[in-house]
Amino acid sequence: MNQPTVYLDHAATTPMLPVAIETMTRHLREVGNPSSLHASGRAARRVVEESRETIARALGCRPGEVVFTSGGTEADNLAVKGIYWARQADRPRRRVLASAIEHHAVLDPVHWLAQHEGAEVGLLPVCQRARLDVDALRAAVERDPDDVALISVMSANNEVGTLQPIEEVVALAAEHGIPVHTDAVQAVGTVPVDFATSGVDALTTTGHKLGGPYGVGALVVRREVVVTPLAHGGGQERDIRSGTLDVPAVAAFAAAVESAVKEQGTYAARVSALRDDLVSRVLAQVPETHLHGDPVHRLPGNAHLGFPGCEGDSLLMLLDARGIECSTGSACSAGVPQPSHVLLAMGCTDEQARHSLRFSLGHTSTQADVDALVAAIGPVVERARQPRRS
Amino acid sequence: MRIIAAMSGGVDSAVAAARAAEAGHDVTGIHLALSRNPASYRSGARGCCTIEDSNDARRAADVIGIPFYVWDLSERFHEDVVEDFMDEYAAGRTPNPCLRCNERIKFAAVLDRALALGFDAVATGHYARLHTGADGLIEMHRAQDHAKDQSYVLGVLTQDQLAHSLFPLGTSVKGDVRREAADRGLLVADKPDSNDICFVADGDNAGWLRERLGERAPNHGGDIVDDATGEVVGSHAGTYGFTIGQRRGLRLGTPAADGRPRFVLDIEPVSGTVRVGPRERLAIDTITGDRPRWCGTVPTELDATVQLRAHGGEHRARVRVEGEQVHIALLDPAEGIAPGQAAVIYDGTRVVGSATITATARTGVPA
Repeated sequence: MNQPTVYLDHAATTPMLPVAIETMTRHLREVGNPSSLHASGRAARRVVEESRETIARALGCRPGEVVFTSGGTEADNLAVKGIYWARQADRPRRRVLASAIEHHAVLDPVHWLAQHEGAEVGLLPVCQRARLDVDALRAAVERDPDDVALISVMSANNEVGTLQPIEEVVALAAEHGIPVHTDAVQAVGTVPVDFATSGVDALTTTGHKLGGPYGVGALVVRREVVVTPLAHGGGQERDIRSGTLDVPAVAAFAAAVESAVKEQGTYAARVSALRDDLVSRVLAQVPETHLHGDPVHRLPGNAHLGFPGCEGDSLLMLLDARGIECSTGSACSAGVPQPSHVLLAMGCTDEQARHSLRFSLGHTSTQADVDALVAAIGPVVERARQPRRS
Repeated sequence: MRIIAAMSGGVDSAVAAARAAEAGHDVTGIHLALSRNPASYRSGARGCCTIEDSNDARRAADVIGIPFYVWDLSERFHEDVVEDFMDEYAAGRTPNPCLRCNERIKFAAVLDRALALGFDAVATGHYARLHTGADGLIEMHRAQDHAKDQSYVLGVLTQDQLAHSLFPLGTSVKGDVRREAADRGLLVADKPDSNDICFVADGDNAGWLRERLGERAPNHGGDIVDDATGEVVGSHAGTYGFTIGQRRGLRLGTPAADGRPRFVLDIEPVSGTVRVGPRERLAIDTITGDRPRWCGTVPTELDATVQLRAHGGEHRARVRVEGEQVHIALLDPAEGIAPGQAAVIYDGTRVVGSATITATARTGVPA
């Protein structure tokens, strides 16, 4: 059982970059609440503000637009609920439009608003390749643009890796002055992201998907956009997000963002070549296998494959036993796998959704990882496809 | 061997998995998700369908040091166990869903999947003993701990199923299992036993059935009739609320002439009639069963003991098998025997097989 681990689940979380580990451990030794007025407090505050500036440079925003959070889920909740609430200030705007393939960190707050705050939810369809149907969005907006509080469309889908037409969403929303939020958790550091030129009003990013630590992220939000806070308290982070910041984590997050964004071009070229090799060789190895998602508008590290006749659960378990780690793309805290809402929105049946595995590559992936998967996948699929006795 | 350990989140299955691993087997822990929505069947902390139980099983697997996965058997469980449970009650019978779950889920759907994925056997925390007899067949015997013995709910397993089963607790007593769990650092060591039907939240079968039977039992309300006099002595909302031998909850308006308690003697789902009478009228000595399942060789006729309900006593009997029909003549009468329950047939401590009770006849009255 001493085989090396072949980690192909970078979209779930990716190893911390050495620079992030070094930064974090260095700051763990230091005392100081960034809100304190003495020298230690000022030193901590300086670390936070330099981190904010680093992130702003990397993401093309102003430092004041970076609101640190505990991660992607909090940032998504803050954007969806916070902007929705603020948009009720002068007059009611009840409609929230989001793509049907958003992460649960967006979908669940949207549904919560419908259940508890009287919001009217419009989930926008995607095509078979999981790309937003912009015409459907246009039709939905134009039905009653003045009543739309917010549009939320992710930059890149976490399951099948499809990049979304954010420019078109922004152009459409701008015609009616509707704020746009994008969950860019999978996009920052893997594809080019520039907040200012994108024209979005709020953008979610998180540390542990790009080589930073867990438990820290940010909502980048334009100064002009009013956001009602979820957490009230000491008034940190423009009074939008109270709570003492995790200084070492914030510093490490900034180091990771800076490094990942700087390396993004070479990363994308290297990792997408590995991914293309993985896909073409697995498709060649295993009959009837197919790629889900968009072949062009796609995250560099994402390979989402359907293996008809196999339960994804069984494949995952058999690969895990061989030290190869991937995802069925439908994790659930209860441990009861539900067919992925993303695959269902793409038009897959329940059964097709259950046949799928997500392999996601990242900054530590190597040719040897791909070779190990290609060597294992044939026998594993054959095993999982064996007819049952009853 | 490569073993799948079915882990409910309770102490027994955790210790069973630990023992299998310690014996040198390559063990993988599995928790069965039996409900798509974990709160849909029950919400209490006990039973086998809750998130908490899944987490308990996961933590036990961590402590034992084995891989752990959740297998979604919710559709199979609903079709084969829950639907069957409702159909049986709608038909006026009293099913045993645990037995059905062992027959169709744990030692069928799970075992099949395990074998297909390259495993050799399924291990559970059931209290029963297995060993190979002189003829090479695998024998299942009552557990060492007679109070915990679960061979009754395993009496539906065939030779082929037993050949791929492992019951590591068969020779242990419950107190020792709890102590061993504590010694192994398993946090479930003092978790209470689950006794109820896992998918019925509060143990209120009648309430659960009332909410769900719907079209399956449209007109089940009816009269409660005194079996001796034919007099209507009460009414009820559904026959599914009754089981043969039941005394409590009858709410009879008219007391019996002799003032003695009355018991459910018979349930007629079509007319909705529930017949009641004195305790001695519950005694039966003749049982007919169908759907026989044999652990080994199919017998034709044998002197045996039979167990007629979970945790029930043993009755000496003469058993005769005619194809799919099993005729059981009890040497000493039994009370409160409900169609739908299993009659499990033993030769000493060895399980011979089982049949589902279809009819009973009272002492001296031909079946």
